[in-house]
Amino acid sequence: MKYDILNYADTRSGFGAGLLEAGKRNDNIVALCADLTGSLKMNAFASEFPERFFQTGISEANMIGMAAGLTIGGKIPFTGTFANFSTARVYDQVRQVVAYSQKNVKICASHAGISLGEDGATHQTLEDIALMKALPGMTVINTCDFNQTKQATIAIADYEGPVYLRFGRPKVPNFIPEDMPFEIGKAIVLEEGTDVTVIATGHLVWEALLAFDELAKEGISAEIINIHTIKPLDEEAIFKSLEKTKCVVTAEEHNILGGLGESVAGVLARNKPYPMEMVAVKDTFGQSGKPDELMEYYGLKSKNIVESVKKVLKRK
Amino acid sequence: MALTDSELKNLKEKAAQLRKDIIDVTFWAGGAHIGGALSMVEIITILYYKYMKIDPENPDWEERDRFVLSKGHAGVGLAPMLANVGFFDKEILKTFNKFNSPFGMHLDSLKVRGLDASTGSLGHGLSMALGMALAARVKNLNYKTYCLLGDGELNEGSNWEAMMAASHYKTTNLIPIVDYNKHMIDGRVEEVMSLEPLDKKWEAFGFEVLKVDGHNFIELDKALEKAVSAVEKPVVIIANTIKGKGVDFMEDETKWHYGSIDSIAWEKAKASVKVDL
Ligand SMILES: Cc1ncc(C[n+]2csc(CCOP(=O)(O)OP(=O)(O)O)c2C)c(N)n1
Repeated sequence: MKYDILNYADTRSGFGAGLLEAGKRNDNIVALCADLTGSLKMNAFASEFPERFFQTGISEANMIGMAAGLTIGGKIPFTGTFANFSTARVYDQVRQVVAYSQKNVKICASHAGISLGEDGATHQTLEDIALMKALPGMTVINTCDFNQTKQATIAIADYEGPVYLRFGRPKVPNFIPEDMPFEIGKAIVLEEGTDVTVIATGHLVWEALLAFDELAKEGISAEIINIHTIKPLDEEAIFKSLEKTKCVVTAEEHNILGGLGESVAGVLARNKPYPMEMVAVKDTFGQSGKPDELMEYYGLKSKNIVESVKKVLKRK
Repeated sequence: MALTDSELKNLKEKAAQLRKDIIDVTFWAGGAHIGGALSMVEIITILYYKYMKIDPENPDWEERDRFVLSKGHAGVGLAPMLANVGFFDKEILKTFNKFNSPFGMHLDSLKVRGLDASTGSLGHGLSMALGMALAARVKNLNYKTYCLLGDGELNEGSNWEAMMAASHYKTTNLIPIVDYNKHMIDGRVEEVMSLEPLDKKWEAFGFEVLKVDGHNFIELDKALEKAVSAVEKPVVIIANTIKGKGVDFMEDETKWHYGSIDSIAWEKAKASVKVDL
């Protein structure tokens, strides 16, 4: 692959850095956090702009309502808490006062997926993409590394409308070059290939690139597409690639039900179906453990992508 | 009945043992929510050794008293307690937080013997405990349901919904206890989201409020005795505690909400635990 590991960094730190930068560029940005300022890396924003930062205590539902109210006068609220408390916990608030009311709220969610590790199943949300993409008008973004999370945070500040930005806890390879363009809703072709399309989001993008190398060794040419914006989905990029490769594997750190894979499957089924395999969590809750052990156990590593590619190639 | 001297001495020894166990499990686990586990030691010690009717041989006994750890992150404190009263062998806690262990950071009632509710997402425990209390009423059973809440946790509105309903239904068989250790994650409770006057708030929601030193068994005992015999309205015990209690370098420090300890800190922490005679 043509990407180097620039460093190891957590995506939530990319969010923190992006929030600070967006805050410097635009006075209208305000931020709220529910007793997880350190975990969300919002400390820098909070100390730089104390009058624009609201600590809500452990009251996520209240925080979403406050954020919706804060949009008056062009303010752009960013809320921060873990992904399960940003979605399932507050779903009716998000639905009524943010999505239905089309408020310009940015719901920023850390510790998504199983890779948060030791905190276990109660905290490992694997259904948040499903919940959020089902809301009309909600943009859903799942970033893959520090640089992309920083870029996305800045980009959503400039975009008008409700956004769900999903990122994670552990330190992972940071490989997206800083000068790579980021556009909401635009897929990124990371590697070109001709035999199979691999569409990945979040922490699985790096795994897809590792799979690219593995497959290349076996003479299989994979096209690796990073879909960071799950909604709206870049259908054009998907079909453009599939016209060439004729089969696809999706990869995500989410339940197999309701995630990126189902979004891609829906688009294919409604237009032109191609053989497809999905790398995702198989409709189960997580558990405590080290991030890497869990990614291995739940089948979210590059080897699982390689296996799925081989399977889908046979169905071509 | 008031505690006898020998009962008191025994409770103090059990509490010191539990503190050492919490330190061990935190060390084995490579990190855990130790501050809020240490602050609740006396509360759960007197519950499990004096007040709660339980049968470790028969964890599903219908008439047992229930305990809901609403501040579920403090599982590192409850797990050794359940081991010490005989639900399972303490050795197994060496796997705490490890992959494939029955003991994750937030305890799972499907996997942990003697555990009445799975918690971890804050603000769910009191509602579940209220349901358990109402179930006792419906089934004509005499058990009590105890629910331990964090002070930061009380930010969640769901608690106040449960309080309102508990006083509406006059569930005197439900006994909420607040571990009022004055710290949450981002700082001191009064700085993050002020709760005071906490007693007046519970009173306004229909509770009789008993405030105690949550590390003093005699005060806890008196309050619990009153709470279990309440008839008019439910009683809440607000237990003033110290986060990190018993480990000198952890006491009253927000940063020990969650922490890992290396072998040197492990020894130091255990050495600082004293039987408070
Ligand atoms: C709904 C929810 N929001 C956020 C968290 C993350 N969290 C875990 S512990 C904690 C602080 C709890 O403070 P407190 O209730 O005072 O507990 P204690 O000090 O007794 O440990 C937070 C915010 C959570 N577990 N659940």
